[in-house]
Amino acid sequence: MKETIHATTCYHCGDAVAGVHYETDGHVFCCLGCQSVYRILAGSRMHAYYRFNTHPGKKKSRASSRYEYLDEEALADKLVDFRNGDITIVTFYVPAIHCSSCIWLLERLYRLNDAVVHSQTDFLKKQITITFKHNELTLREAVELLATIGYEPKITLQDVVKEGRKFSQKGLIAKIAVAGFCFGNSMMLSFPEYFGMGSFESSYSRFFGWMNLAFALPVVLYCGRDHFRSAWQSLRRWELNLDVPLALGIMVLFFRTGWEVALAGGPGFADTLCGLVFFLLVGRWIQQRTFHHISFERDYRSYFPVAVTRLDETGTKAIPLADIQVGDCLLIRNGEIIPADAMLMKGQAAIDFSFVTGESEPVRKVLGEIIYAGGRQTGGALEVEVVKAVSQSYLTRLWNNESIKPAVKNFRSFSDRVSRYFTPALVGVAAAAFLFWWVGGDLTRAWGAFTAVLIIACPCALALSSPFTLSAAMSLFDKNRFYVKNTAAIEQMARIDSLVFDKTGTISSPSAARMRWEGNLLPEELANVVAVCKNSYHPLSRELVKWAGDIPSDGYAITNYREIPGEGLEAWVDGRRIRVGNARFTGASGKERGTRVYLSLNDVVRGSFAVEQPWRGHLGNVLGKLADGRQLHLISGDNDRDEAQLRALFPKRSVFRFHQLPDEKMEYIRVLQAEGHRVAMFGDGLNDAGALRQADLGIAVSDDINNFSPGCDAILDGRSFAKLPLFFRFARHAVKVIHMSFGISLTYNIIGLGFAVTGTLSPLFAAVLMPLSTVTIISFTTVATHLYAKRDQLTRTS
Amino acid sequence: MSVIFFLIGCSVFIALIFLAAFFWANRTGQHDDTYTPSVRILFDDEGDEEK
Repeated sequence: MKETIHATTCYHCGDAVAGVHYETDGHVFCCLGCQSVYRILAGSRMHAYYRFNTHPGKKKSRASSRYEYLDEEALADKLVDFRNGDITIVTFYVPAIHCSSCIWLLERLYRLNDAVVHSQTDFLKKQITITFKHNELTLREAVELLATIGYEPKITLQDVVKEGRKFSQKGLIAKIAVAGFCFGNSMMLSFPEYFGMGSFESSYSRFFGWMNLAFALPVVLYCGRDHFRSAWQSLRRWELNLDVPLALGIMVLFFRTGWEVALAGGPGFADTLCGLVFFLLVGRWIQQRTFHHISFERDYRSYFPVAVTRLDETGTKAIPLADIQVGDCLLIRNGEIIPADAMLMKGQAAIDFSFVTGESEPVRKVLGEIIYAGGRQTGGALEVEVVKAVSQSYLTRLWNNESIKPAVKNFRSFSDRVSRYFTPALVGVAAAAFLFWWVGGDLTRAWGAFTAVLIIACPCALALSSPFTLSAAMSLFDKNRFYVKNTAAIEQMARIDSLVFDKTGTISSPSAARMRWEGNLLPEELANVVAVCKNSYHPLSRELVKWAGDIPSDGYAITNYREIPGEGLEAWVDGRRIRVGNARFTGASGKERGTRVYLSLNDVVRGSFAVEQPWRGHLGNVLGKLADGRQLHLISGDNDRDEAQLRALFPKRSVFRFHQLPDEKMEYIRVLQAEGHRVAMFGDGLNDAGALRQADLGIAVSDDINNFSPGCDAILDGRSFAKLPLFFRFARHAVKVIHMSFGISLTYNIIGLGFAVTGTLSPLFAAVLMPLSTVTIISFTTVATHLYAKRDQLTRTS
Repeated sequence: MSVIFFLIGCSVFIALIFLAAFFWANRTGQHDDTYTPSVRILFDDEGDEEK
């Protein structure tokens, strides 16, 4: 039994082994690449790699890139983290890291090459940090070492590794640590007061008070700094965000504590103050925490190669992208990207523009024609002459176009909107209480009431409800392969009323198999059929040729070729009469029309090709559900050949637009917004980049999230496309949870205010109420979010 | 009872040492990767024996 398993799947990557297979040590491999990785590992006695996981390897998807450019000092310096006379430390992003075997192997690189001193992986970030002796191993050789064992690092100019480091929460974590330390200690010192101290212990009471004040000082000056800064900025813009009442509360707490300890001999509110700041900082940390390591701000640079090969009299030289000048002659090899608008000088150009337009069918170019930047050459090497600098190329201008970058998206989160009413109301109540007691002649009590109101009504629980709810939602989305940039995007999502879809690559899947053969056919006969179909430009013939793939179909003599529009084609090859077309034409008895291509050889029907729709799974169903309360739009750069099919899938009221240029797409969204709609845009390619940025919520649909995606607010893994309606529904529910928790915290505030306005606020009361409301809110949001998630079927991950 | 001043001093001092230790751990990047070490520790020396 075991033998058959071994005979069908590759020992290295687990793919099915078809046709030719490669064998080493009794293990079967699907390709030379997998076999060579095994040989390297076996040669270094590292079989254990295959013991931790079955089929731990990943097939090399493409031919390895070339790394000559890493020999250029200037470029290499940009990549390395540290270098001295002896060693170099460098960190790479390796998308292939996916299991424990990867960690095991990558941390034992020193066994493959003695020059590697140390290597360490960060599994979640998919990074590896390598320390090596650069006198024995160059940077290029280190990268090639990784590539030979199947862990090719992804090196781009806009280095993901370095970008990730820019954003650090270390400062915030330090603040939380200080606040937590002060909170714990001041609580310890406050307890004796709460439990009641005898009169003989009053000397301690003063000591405790001063200690508490000392603990409150760093909390206000260091930990609470961000809140004060944010509140001040907000006031200067004549706005009232939620940090204004919070900063006010912190300040009042501190001054009243200081006054009580220094002058009145009271215990003060130091523990409440420290606790408040501590919880607020935790909320902030929760909100900023990222569960993933995907960059949402990638631009064209991360897609372009780091260096290109320039041809001159002396030969070839790798130069950085930025050094390309107009008139340079570049060598573009198979699979490489054309970095700037250039004229084709030599070679067979078949350019894949899927990155720019979403269309994956390669475009043929003739000598002397201009090739726009962003296309990927498929086929032999090309020589091109640059006609525009990188920054002036059509594609780059699309990115840099200032009009595509709208000002900050005008979005007010719920808590900011609430704060606009909450803060004036709060100050109003405090002032009223002050006036009431002042007119009554009790100035001390008036101050007491005024400060008590500001302390009690400090919207701590309110400030925590959004972060806790939304970050829980974010992590749930994450588990379902929907990666949201920040918590504000989820709130935005709940308010969307118009959905705009791009067609190619977004609602259609580039990887979907478009044809399925049903029947029987010998390989030789199939080759005949392909040879015939190659002569036709009918979309279905081309689809069939694409499906057949690498079948050798050249060199057949085709005679009596006939193409009958609307029916099919007919030809003689190798003494066979081949007919490909609809049922009537081939004499088959099928009833379905259009969705099948029948085939007959010498008037015998041999079967049919079922034409699969290229749309993502359950598309009609998904669109139907999304249309509930939202208007759907389809906006495509492609022609309208699929319109009839799409009409059947989209709800009746949907709007269709074809032949749209990238800036027309953006303009379309702008018009919708001007009409007062909140628009979500779904796109994938660079042609959607402007629209994604313009939309209130830009969602990039991608089948490989580690690959390029345009700047956006969220990235949706193509496999989770069917869950979209659930995501939208859950976003609404998350906002509902925030509203409910706002109600709860408001109730607490009103209860507290009842005591505060009388001017008799005991420190104990504040010390109990504040944490109590906070804990209530945190547990309520956590429980409610998970209940909704369960109801919305988001907890079951597949 | 004045020993309480001494005791509180001690407790705050020890707490400060822990705070400093946390700062040190944070600064030296010990919280940067909280997942990989949990996998790494499970590798026994099985593979290494064959060397």
